[in-house]
Amino acid sequence: MIAQLTRNERHNALIILGVVGLAGAALGLAGRNDLLGYHGLLIVLFSAMVALPVIRALDAPEPTLDREDEYYDDPIRVGVILTMIWAVFGMFVGVWVAALLAWPELTFTDQAWASFGRLRPAHTTGVIFGFGGNALIATSFHVLQRTSRARLAGQVTPWFVLIGYNLFCLLAVTGYFLGITQSKEYAEPEWYADLWLVIVWVTYFVLYLRTLARRKEPHIYVANWYFLAFIVVVAILHIVNGLAVPISWGSAKSYTIYSGVQDAMTQWWYGHNAVAFFLTAGFLGMLYYYLPKRAERPIFSYRLSIISFWGITFMYMWAGSHHLHYTALPHWVQTLGMTFSVMLLVPSWASAGNALLTLNGAWHKVRDDATLRFMMIAAVFYGITTFEGSFLAIRAVNSLSHYTDWTIGHVHAGALGWVAMITFGSIYTFVPSLWGRERMYSNTLVEVHFWCALIGTLIYVFAMWNSGIIQGLMWRTYNDSGTLTYSFLESLVAMHPYYIARTLGGLLFFIGAVVGTYNIYMTIRGTTAPRAAAGDVPVGRPLAPGE
Amino acid sequence: MPEFHRKLERSSIGFVLAIVGVASIGGLVEIAPLFTIDETVETVEDMRVYTPLELAGRNIYVREGCYACHSQMIRTLRDEVERYGPYSLAVESQYDYPMLWGSKRTGPDLARVGGKYSDEWHVAHLINPRDVVPESNMPGYGWLARNQLRTDDLSHHLAAMQTLGVPYTDEMVANAPRDAFAQAFPDSAMADAMVERYGAATNVRAFAGDRNTLTEMDALVAYLQILGRLTDAAHEQASAEVE
Repeated sequence: MIAQLTRNERHNALIILGVVGLAGAALGLAGRNDLLGYHGLLIVLFSAMVALPVIRALDAPEPTLDREDEYYDDPIRVGVILTMIWAVFGMFVGVWVAALLAWPELTFTDQAWASFGRLRPAHTTGVIFGFGGNALIATSFHVLQRTSRARLAGQVTPWFVLIGYNLFCLLAVTGYFLGITQSKEYAEPEWYADLWLVIVWVTYFVLYLRTLARRKEPHIYVANWYFLAFIVVVAILHIVNGLAVPISWGSAKSYTIYSGVQDAMTQWWYGHNAVAFFLTAGFLGMLYYYLPKRAERPIFSYRLSIISFWGITFMYMWAGSHHLHYTALPHWVQTLGMTFSVMLLVPSWASAGNALLTLNGAWHKVRDDATLRFMMIAAVFYGITTFEGSFLAIRAVNSLSHYTDWTIGHVHAGALGWVAMITFGSIYTFVPSLWGRERMYSNTLVEVHFWCALIGTLIYVFAMWNSGIIQGLMWRTYNDSGTLTYSFLESLVAMHPYYIARTLGGLLFFIGAVVGTYNIYMTIRGTTAPRAAAGDVPVGRPLAPGE
Repeated sequence: MPEFHRKLERSSIGFVLAIVGVASIGGLVEIAPLFTIDETVETVEDMRVYTPLELAGRNIYVREGCYACHSQMIRTLRDEVERYGPYSLAVESQYDYPMLWGSKRTGPDLARVGGKYSDEWHVAHLINPRDVVPESNMPGYGWLARNQLRTDDLSHHLAAMQTLGVPYTDEMVANAPRDAFAQAFPDSAMADAMVERYGAATNVRAFAGDRNTLTEMDALVAYLQILGRLTDAAHEQASAEVE
């Protein structure tokens, strides 16, 4: 990997690591009396650990001159491995917190770091940003190069983006265990981690544009529209929602600049569009490349692609206020949010329909090939979840569903059924060619993973639908004398069986991910026949439609 | 449309600008006016600020992730008002940086929990919830009673909030660590000055019962006991609506 870099580039990498390490040392010194000190130390150690292999290979032979004729796949390979590590970690913590809700005294009853409130953001960050984010970076690098028929515009930059992003995730998750959090849901990391992410993200954006500028295709392929929207809008959301005043340079603690009702609106404008542009747009980018590729069918409709892309980009940004129905947020904002949420069904189903219609003529492959089936089911769940989302955003429905497990069920229908399934389908599609193998180590294990994932998702979602609707109904049930029938506690007791079922569903999904990780590991180790990178689009060759 | 789009998708810069333009409209229309329209947040006379001890308790609430299971926002629905009390007003979270409205009720809403239970109940419940509510699935927080509360940086906390527009006086900022202690030690000489700064309605007592040290438990209980009690506006509006 390091051998791909010239001596100069190795030096540059070391300089960057040195600067980051020094910044960490400064942070640690300033925050030596605060939790911030631990994070300063972590940054120093992290930089040193990454620098180690670079120093070791400093005098290794330089790369051959024809580097520019090949795609730059090393960062993608590492990105795939990181994706699977975060998947196993994030999903494991998920099963753990699910079990704690059913059996609160199961583990470490008197350890602060292991209490539900600190583990829960470790789960959400682990899966959304660790698993999802690494998958997005890896696949976006892969798709960008193939659809542009150009090598990434930089040798050190892709590493900076990938490794820098993982440093952010590490700061986030370790922070929760230590008790460092802003408490803004899905934007919990504190000011210094947020600033670091801005640097990484801007680099990612510039790298993307510079690579696009080298493209040998005049048109930018649909998948890249989505990856671009993902990168650009997430930057806007992250910066606006993250604005905060640190209490001092030596403290991890900061106060967001928004309070009360303005904070609620900004937070859910961020929160809902993190769903839209992180968990939807980016993964639609995957869908638009790997699904037609695997099915060997061109995208069904170019026109539908355009409608759904701009529909999603425009309308999602209005929808956040549906998280705040019947609250102290002004009524007109709630109504706007509801209206746009319902209209969103049109571009969402245009995407889902476009994906499923692309499979026309390839349904026999869906039957035989679990990898393609992963992506087909993902499109189906995308359709189901977006319908459910529009439905839940209607004020009257929301009065029942809000604050209940129904929301959790909805999120996991999207996260497990859509996001994780499209990711696994995509990874299984390109892992063999990325490591020069004929196929995955075991197709049977892909089947096993598929069924674990599907059954696990269904158990999870059905459990949460049941518990959510029961909760919502119990909270609003009146008896004949006109008083509330159930105490809050009675509704909690009624949830117990569903919390157990949810844990089992999650466990099944987690087992599937472990099986997948093993399969990928064995594929990389290479017991199947190696092959030349045939089937991959070479740099400079004209593209066939649908590629 | 496809012809126009074919041109657009040949320029990456043009495409990025189009994304920024199209995506910005929703946020501008919905968020920007919330800072300028006066009716968004009610103006009330009696709105108080958090004392340093309550603020420290609030930050512990944040640190432990309590918001993941408890909301602090009573919606304008009959069953919620009857279960939890008058619906929440915007002004009640005016000084909440960040707001803790929450999104999930694994446990009940806490917007008006202040004064509903005794300090002793809260302490016992936080140490082991199942001692007082056998069916509860809430974790215990025993370390709060053992951890001494950090007060040396409280002036920084108040100063940051002052920058953001919370009406803390310079005197409050300067005396923040002392006032945090004073609130949990009613017999101390500092207590009178503290009450003078924060108002006669301030709770001054040994929240966690231990008179020797100031613990994180003191701070969290002080915070829980003030929830819904920074202003009477919601109660006044509720009784006005009945009449």
